[in-house]
Amino acid sequence: MSVDKSTVAKIARLARLNVPQDRLQPVASELNGILDWIAELNEVPTDNVEPLASVTGHALPMRNDMVTDGDCVDTVLANVPEGASGFFVVPKVVE
Amino acid sequence: MSDLLDLSAVEARAALDAKSISATELTTAYIAAAEETAALNNYVLLTPDHALAMAAKADARLAKGEAGLLEGVPLGVKDLFCTNGVQTTACSRILDGFTPPYESTVTANLWDAGAVMIGKLNCDEFAMGSANETSAFGPAISPWQGADKTDLVPGGSSGGSASAVAARSALMTTGTDTGGSIRQPAAFCGVVGLKPTYGRCSRWGIVAFASSLDQAGPITRDVADNALMLQAMASHDARDSTSSDVPLQDVVAAVRQGVKGMKIGVPREYVMDGMDGDVVALWQQGQDWLRQAGAELVDVSLPHTKYALPTYYIIAPAEASSNLARYDGVRYGLRVEAGSLDEMYEATRAVGFGEEVQRRILVGTYVLSAGYYDAYYLKAQKVRRLIKQDFDTAFASVDALLTPATPTAAFPVGRKIDDPVVNFLNDVFTVPANLAGLPGLSVPAGLNADGLPLGLQVLGRPYDEASLYRVGGVLEAAASFTATPARRAGGAK
Repeated sequence: MSVDKSTVAKIARLARLNVPQDRLQPVASELNGILDWIAELNEVPTDNVEPLASVTGHALPMRNDMVTDGDCVDTVLANVPEGASGFFVVPKVVE
Repeated sequence: MSDLLDLSAVEARAALDAKSISATELTTAYIAAAEETAALNNYVLLTPDHALAMAAKADARLAKGEAGLLEGVPLGVKDLFCTNGVQTTACSRILDGFTPPYESTVTANLWDAGAVMIGKLNCDEFAMGSANETSAFGPAISPWQGADKTDLVPGGSSGGSASAVAARSALMTTGTDTGGSIRQPAAFCGVVGLKPTYGRCSRWGIVAFASSLDQAGPITRDVADNALMLQAMASHDARDSTSSDVPLQDVVAAVRQGVKGMKIGVPREYVMDGMDGDVVALWQQGQDWLRQAGAELVDVSLPHTKYALPTYYIIAPAEASSNLARYDGVRYGLRVEAGSLDEMYEATRAVGFGEEVQRRILVGTYVLSAGYYDAYYLKAQKVRRLIKQDFDTAFASVDALLTPATPTAAFPVGRKIDDPVVNFLNDVFTVPANLAGLPGLSVPAGLNADGLPLGLQVLGRPYDEASLYRVGGVLEAAASFTATPARRAGGAK
């Protein structure tokens, strides 16, 4: 499973990262180096092994479905790169 | 003022209670120490006004006899912890100028205990690195020096935190540990670092890297200080659903309890190619010390050890790629303007994230993408279970494990290595505990032939930090590690 330039372009797009054309091949080589090393895991038999996602040993707690916060528009927008009238501003998305 | 800097946190607390020193005097000495050692680039932000205001309040509480556990203790905070009204960047350009309007649970606990914030500490960008060289603020430097006075890395990612404790520009510091980021820099800098059990300290308000692995912990000058700081940091927190309500043991008492009758495992798979001879010798010495103190040393096997690093380098980037999706140039931090919304995202993230972070986001995105998820991510989660089962089996017959903390001592800043995999090997002894959620303690135990510190690591059962401090206390007493680095505050110039 070797990564080529077009795969890097695809995952860069998925990750919303602008990887310039002249960097696609070097990045592909780096990723292949890492992935070749990771492939070592294929020698471990795991047919009847359950995947482990959490090590806490306790069930995730449920919380009450109630509003605990709010009325803090100014705080939410305190770090906004661009805001207006209590909203986040983004480039135009609807023509 | 160097005599003030000589006090451990436990000693400083006693002197503060006895009114022989004041929190303001102690804080003033540490602010001066941080300024004196500024060339080490440990701090990315000093907060002297904030510190002196906190110290004045500490003095008022001391006068009223209402002192908290860490009342008046000058403390540095890794720049991964959100601090209310104080810039927090994770040492990344993408969080340039971010000032949190809230306080992380861990730092709130520390301030409630009376600690005084000196400033925010350098670290690898988003805690991704083992040398503190990926920071947007430039590398933090160790106060220890190599041959010909070369600058050495303090380790990472909590490099500024470990370096500041060693340089005496903070009495204690917070760190976070996703794959060794507390224990490895502690070992490189000759200080004590604990990664608590996963769930012991709340992750709320800490900039996330890999959420199933991240855990905050204390970095201190000695083992007793470490136990004291853990007691102040740890809490059950409803705002972190993985936070545990298992009560913390009396960790402060554990430090002096000794190891008589304990069974300590020595994992045979931790003998690795590329380990320094000095590290191997120190590990053997550590076993002898524990045996002389009344412990029984037992050979144990952790057969999946060699698969821990590749497993980690699937799971950690996968979780990181998901966590770092939030940096979009819309709600906070850096924004690079571009024509469309998608182009704005792509430009912002390409400029805001450094090279190592981008690489890990791409790896993580790849291993989670359609067609590769089962082959990589699911496979890694299965091997993760086998690694955890290895530890479960070992801990059925032993109380703790003794291993080296790192395969080598610290290396020079700027060491050029083209293969990223070689850098990953720094974490070979520390990563397994993160995958299994276990507590791990790094204790300075000796110097190598070049006079650089080396650490031993103690691993324990989940929620059994007390056993780590028992073993750590014995190792510390036996090693009587008193060496100090030249570039510490008050040291030789």
